[in-house]
Amino acid sequence: MNLRTLLLVAVPALAMNITASAQVLSASKGESKFFSETPLENIAAANSKVKAALNPATNQLAVKMAMTDFEFPNKLMQEHFNENYIESEKYPNASFEGTINEKIDWKKPGTYPVTAKGMFEIHGVKQPRTLTGKLTIEPGKITLVSDFIVALEAHKIEVPKLVMMKIAEQIKVQNKVEFANKG
Amino acid sequence: MKRLFILAFLAGGPVFAQTDLLSNLDAEPTTRPVTATFKSTRLLNGHTVETIKAKHLDFRISHRFDRINKGVDEFFGLDYATVRLGLEYGINDNLTFGIGRSTIEKNLDSYLKARLIRQTKGSRSFPVTISALGTLALDPRKPAQGGEFKVYSERLVGSGHLLIARKVSESFSLQLMPTAIFRPSPVKPGQTQVIPSVGIGGRLKFNKRMSINAEYYWVDQNRLKTGQPFATYNPIALGLDIETGGHVFQLIFTNSFGMIEKQFLTQTGGAFGGQFEKGDIHFGFSVSRTFSFDH
Repeated sequence: MNLRTLLLVAVPALAMNITASAQVLSASKGESKFFSETPLENIAAANSKVKAALNPATNQLAVKMAMTDFEFPNKLMQEHFNENYIESEKYPNASFEGTINEKIDWKKPGTYPVTAKGMFEIHGVKQPRTLTGKLTIEPGKITLVSDFIVALEAHKIEVPKLVMMKIAEQIKVQNKVEFANKG
Repeated sequence: MKRLFILAFLAGGPVFAQTDLLSNLDAEPTTRPVTATFKSTRLLNGHTVETIKAKHLDFRISHRFDRINKGVDEFFGLDYATVRLGLEYGINDNLTFGIGRSTIEKNLDSYLKARLIRQTKGSRSFPVTISALGTLALDPRKPAQGGEFKVYSERLVGSGHLLIARKVSESFSLQLMPTAIFRPSPVKPGQTQVIPSVGIGGRLKFNKRMSINAEYYWVDQNRLKTGQPFATYNPIALGLDIETGGHVFQLIFTNSFGMIEKQFLTQTGGAFGGQFEKGDIHFGFSVSRTFSFDH
């Protein structure tokens, strides 16, 4: 490879690198919490290693988290969650990939209600979802918050009859991701 | 120099060159511990590498019935049962302390198990989980109950184990158990005799909540039989684990009548067990219920 061909490859690659990284915001310390509430037992767990990417130019949004990063106060529950319910060996991640529907002026600070249409995947089952949330633009950061419900049955997460009374069929999920706002 | 400069830029690469945001979020390889190598702290008769989770108390009720080949008159052994009741506590996630009481010879037992290193996968992977286990059994019987001892130390039998396990796949785990048994010498009063032993065992999970387990201990029978009035055999066991979230049920078929290390390693024979291949098989089961003191 001579110098000219190297330059030929390197310059466009470098250019893409600069423009793309200026456009896409990413976060790796997002938070996701879930709650299962029944008269018999309340279960809560939190994941503070949620990864997300946001492209303000196209309104595209992607969120991904590892199931094994969910921390339970009760470690036996954590083991059961991974082993018996979510099967994290087979289905290691949950993700959402979609587009924010509203037109957003990313330069203007403020709080905006938003909806995002896309594909939500957990336990290997994909479902088209429109999630609602709140977008807060501040000078230094962009915060995206969204609460939604995961129905266990819709994602083929089985609960044995013996413990059915202890685990809610509808799991509440709270998510929060902060992007550093360079723009 | 120039060339190096350009190469350095190339290595930087187009990080988000494509519109596919999701695939760019693929996790960088991190190190994760492998969990749930086994469902329970016991494989069948003996221990697994698993410890009780921090601040959890496990109440374990174990039964062994008489030999199945006693036939229909004894309801295939079910007319007679022995029990071990045990309490086991997770001091932290890697250290478990347990005590128990057996019907057989009214033995009291205790154990301490420490998980030394965990199998991990990811950027820094380690192939096995290793736990160290020490057990001590005490025979507290009075002379009228059959406890004839010259010195107190003759009541004690201990064992030390290294438990080395690998979760080969989601459904298959294998464990090796190098063991040393410490018992009062039957020929030199007041002295301790060390008997080497090694066990091998494994489990095959066939659905999310059930697995088939097998376990075998080789014990140096030449040393074990010295000064003993009956022949002893190596303990072997086959069984089924059923886990229901908080409860683990374990069904077992074994040639050993005893449920603690002292009993199944040194007393499988005579009244307390026999030859598996001749049908001297005991049916038994354990129920373990875990209570959490977390919140």
